[in-house]
Amino acid sequence: MLKLTVNGKAHDVEVADDTPLLWVLRDTLGMTGTKFGCGMALCGACTVHIDGVAMRTCITPVSSVVGKSITTIEGLSADRSHPVQRAWMELDVPQCGYCQSGQIMSAAALLATTPSPTDADIDTAMSGNLCRCGTYVRIRKAIHRAAELTGKEG
Amino acid sequence: MSLDEMKSSLSDRAVEPRVEFSRRSFLKSAAAASGGLVIAICLPGCSGPENAAQRAGPAKIVEANAWLRIGTDGAITVLCDRSEMGQGVYTALPTLIAEELGVSPETIRVEFAPPGAAYVNNLLGAQVTGGSTSVRDAWDKLRMAGAEARERMVAVAAEKWSVPASRCSVEDGYVIFTNRRAAFGELVEAAAALPKPANVQPKDRDSWRFIGKPQKRLDTASKVDGSAQFGIDVRLPDMLYAALAQSPELGATVDSFDGEKAKTMPGVRQIVQTSKGVAVVADSWWQAKQARDALVIKWKSGSNARLNNAAIYAGLKSAARGAGKEVRKEGDVDAGLRAAAKRVDAVYELPMLAHATLEPQNCTVEFKDGNCHVYAPTQVQQMAQAVAAQASGLPIEKVFVHTTFLGGGFGRRLDVDFIPPAVEVAKAVGKPVKLLWTREDDFSHDVYRPPARNTCAAALDAQGNLTTFKLQLVAPSITARWAPAVVKDIVDPFAVEGAHNYPYAAANVRVDYVQHEIGIDVGYWRSVSHALNCFTVESFMDEVAHSVGKDPYQFRHDLLSKQPRWQAVLDAAAKKAQWGRPPEGRYQGIALMSGYDTYLAQVAEISMDGDKLRVHRIVCVIDCGQIVNPDIVHAQAEGSIIFGLTAALYDDINITAGKVKEQNFHEYRLMRINETPAVEVYFLESEEKPGGMGEPVVALVAPAVCNAIYAATRKRLRTLPVTKHGIAV
Repeated sequence: MLKLTVNGKAHDVEVADDTPLLWVLRDTLGMTGTKFGCGMALCGACTVHIDGVAMRTCITPVSSVVGKSITTIEGLSADRSHPVQRAWMELDVPQCGYCQSGQIMSAAALLATTPSPTDADIDTAMSGNLCRCGTYVRIRKAIHRAAELTGKEG
Repeated sequence: MSLDEMKSSLSDRAVEPRVEFSRRSFLKSAAAASGGLVIAICLPGCSGPENAAQRAGPAKIVEANAWLRIGTDGAITVLCDRSEMGQGVYTALPTLIAEELGVSPETIRVEFAPPGAAYVNNLLGAQVTGGSTSVRDAWDKLRMAGAEARERMVAVAAEKWSVPASRCSVEDGYVIFTNRRAAFGELVEAAAALPKPANVQPKDRDSWRFIGKPQKRLDTASKVDGSAQFGIDVRLPDMLYAALAQSPELGATVDSFDGEKAKTMPGVRQIVQTSKGVAVVADSWWQAKQARDALVIKWKSGSNARLNNAAIYAGLKSAARGAGKEVRKEGDVDAGLRAAAKRVDAVYELPMLAHATLEPQNCTVEFKDGNCHVYAPTQVQQMAQAVAAQASGLPIEKVFVHTTFLGGGFGRRLDVDFIPPAVEVAKAVGKPVKLLWTREDDFSHDVYRPPARNTCAAALDAQGNLTTFKLQLVAPSITARWAPAVVKDIVDPFAVEGAHNYPYAAANVRVDYVQHEIGIDVGYWRSVSHALNCFTVESFMDEVAHSVGKDPYQFRHDLLSKQPRWQAVLDAAAKKAQWGRPPEGRYQGIALMSGYDTYLAQVAEISMDGDKLRVHRIVCVIDCGQIVNPDIVHAQAEGSIIFGLTAALYDDINITAGKVKEQNFHEYRLMRINETPAVEVYFLESEEKPGGMGEPVVALVAPAVCNAIYAATRKRLRTLPVTKHGIAV
C-alpha cells in the first residue's frame, strides 16, 4: 500500500512500486486528464507537478512520489480559473487537445518560477511538450497572456 | 475524377463485409434527411422504449431532424456527425444550425452522432470525416436543417397569434412578433406535428450573426481542465485493460506463442489470440503491457520478410517504365518536347510517413444485453460498426459506436484496424475491455503515407515561354485498399490530386498515373497526395523558371492569367511576404496550389549558415471561400504549417526486413516550440462556397521551403526530408 497525495487529497493505492505514476493516476485513481503519448518522456503529454515541478509521469515510478505533493490538470484549479487555463481559453489554444493537459502543466510550472518569461524562457520550458496539431504559435502567445493575467492579480 | 463523381462510385460500391454504404441506404438517408421532421419524441436519456420513470421527467426532447433536438424546456442539442480531431467541426457544424435558429452557438449542447444513414457525407458517399469535406458537405445541409426547424416553430407561433409568419422573427430561442414572444420549448412539439414546410430558405448573408464572425470553440473548456473524453479515457464498470503484441514484420502472423510466464504476472487475467496478434488482458494497462512484453511469440514470416526501402523505391522506378493511366491530356506533349528550345527534366521522390497522432490507437468494447458497444476515436463510424459486427458475429443493428474526441486524426483513424482485436478480446473475456497500443505499436503498425516517384518534363520555346508540361506519377493507391470497388475501373482520385489540376498555361499538358503497390498498407495522410504532387509540381515549376532566368513568382504569375483565384492568392502572398526584398542574408521560396475547393500560396523565408538551415518565417495567403469560423480556419493554417514543416524537415519511415525502424519520437521527430518559425496567415475575403481547411496548407510547406533552399544554395532538393541532404536544422 502506497500513500499518495494528489490534488491535496490522500489516496492509498495498491500497485507495484515501479508502476509509472501515469498509470496509477489514470487507471487506479481514474484521473484521465493526464495523457499517455510515448512512455519515454519524449512528448510531455503526461506532465504533472511534483512538489510544484513539472515531471513526466510515464517514467516516474510511483514509489518515488510517496510523501510528495502531486498536482494534475484536474487539480490545477477547481474552475479553470488558473491564469494559464484562462489564457488558453481566451486564445482558443487547443485543437485536438490531447497534449494540452501537459502543455498547461508545463506552462503553469514555468510561470510559478518565472512570472514574466521571455521567449527564450518559454522555449526552454516548453520544448519537451510536443503538439502534433502544431498549436505552438498560440501556446507562446497564451503564456505571455497568462503572465499578464498573473501580473494584474499579483 | 471529382469528388462528386467519386461519391456515386462510393455509394455504388460492392458491399464488402466491412462496409455497407449501398446506394439504397444512401438514397434512404437522403430521403430521411429531406423528408422533414421525424416526429419521434424522446425522453431525456432514453434511446429505447419509454418507461414510467423517464416519463416523469420534466422536459421532453423533440427530434427536429437528424441533427437537432429541442427540449420542451428550450434546451438545444446538436448531433455532430463528423469527428472532432482538432479541426473544429464540434464548433463549426453546430454554428450552421445555430445561425438559422438565431441562437448563440455557445448555448448549444453538442453530442457526437452515432453511425447512421442520415449522417452520410454527401461528398464521399459514407459517414466519413476526411478529405476536408465537413463544412463543405454541411454548408447547405445543416443550414437547411436549422432553417426548416425555425420555419416550423415560426408557423406554430404565427398561427397561435393569428399573424403572418413572414412578419415573425427568431432570436435567442424565441419566436418574436412585435412585443410577443414564444419560447422554442413551447412550440417545438406542435412544430414537429406540422407537415414539411415549403420554400424554406436559409438566412441571407446580410443577416448572419454568427457565420463568418469570431466565435469561441465549444470544446476548449473541456480541453483545458482535462475533462474532454478521448478514446483512451473511456472507463466502464468492471473494465479490464489489454495490450496487444503485433508482429514486428508487417503482415506476418502468429505461428505459435508461449504465454506461460505472462500468465503468472501480476494482474493478468487472460491471454487472447486475436486476428492481429496476441493480447494480454489485465487489471491495469501497465500490468497488461508488462505481461505482453513477456510473451514469447513465434511469428510466421510473410511476403514482406525481405522488404526494405531500397526495394520499394526500386520497384517504383521500374514501374515508371510501364504504361500509366491518362489523367489529363491537352495538345501533344511529345511533339512539344521534341520542338523544345530548352527542355527541363527532373525526378522527385517522396518518402513514407507516419501519422503519429499523439493519442495512440485504442478502442474500448463492452458486450451488454446482447449488444456490442464500441467506444472509439474513429473517423469512420459506419466502418467501425461494420468491422465490429463482423468481429463480434452480431448483426449490424446490435453494434453501437460511440465516438469520442480524437487525439489527432490526420487520416490515421480512417482505418479501423485497431477495432476488431478489441472486440475479439472483449468477447473472449466477457467483460468490458480497453485495448490500447503503445507508441511503438503505433509507429510500427501505421498505414503509412504512400511513397511516390514523380517524373517531370517541360519544354520552353526560344523566348523562354512554357509550351509543354509532362508529369508521370508513380505511387500505390490508398483507395484501392480502402475502398477497392470505388477505383475498380477508374484512376484513384486521391492519387492524382494536386497534379490533375495543374494550373499553369501551356499548349501541351499531360499527366499520367502508374499505380504500383508496395506490399504494405498505405493510408490517407493529412493532405494525402497533394503533399506528394504539389511538392513535385511546385518544385519543378521553380526549376523551369530558373532554367530561363525568370523570377519564380513572376514566372508563375504570367502563366495564370486565366486562373484568377490561383493568381490572386499568389500575388497576395508575394505582397505580404515582401517577395524579392527579403532581409539581408535571407532567401525566399514560393509555392501555389488548389485543393479541397481552397486556393493558397505560401512564401518561406530562410537563411543558411553553412549547412545549417533556419526557417524564419512562413507567410500563407488563403482563399477558402466563405468562412464559417475565422479563428478556427486561422488555427488550422497555423497548425498545418507546423505539420507540413515537420514532414519537410525531419521525417521518413524506413523499413528493413519488413519492419519499421522508427519506433518513438526520438526517431521520428515532431517539431518543437523552439523550432517553430514566425507564421503569418491571411485570408482573402470571398463569398464563394466554403472550401476545406483541415488539410491543404500542409502540402505547400515543403515546396516553399525547398524553393527557398535553392534560392540560397543553388542546390535542388528532389527528395525529402531536407535533413537527409546534409542540411542540419
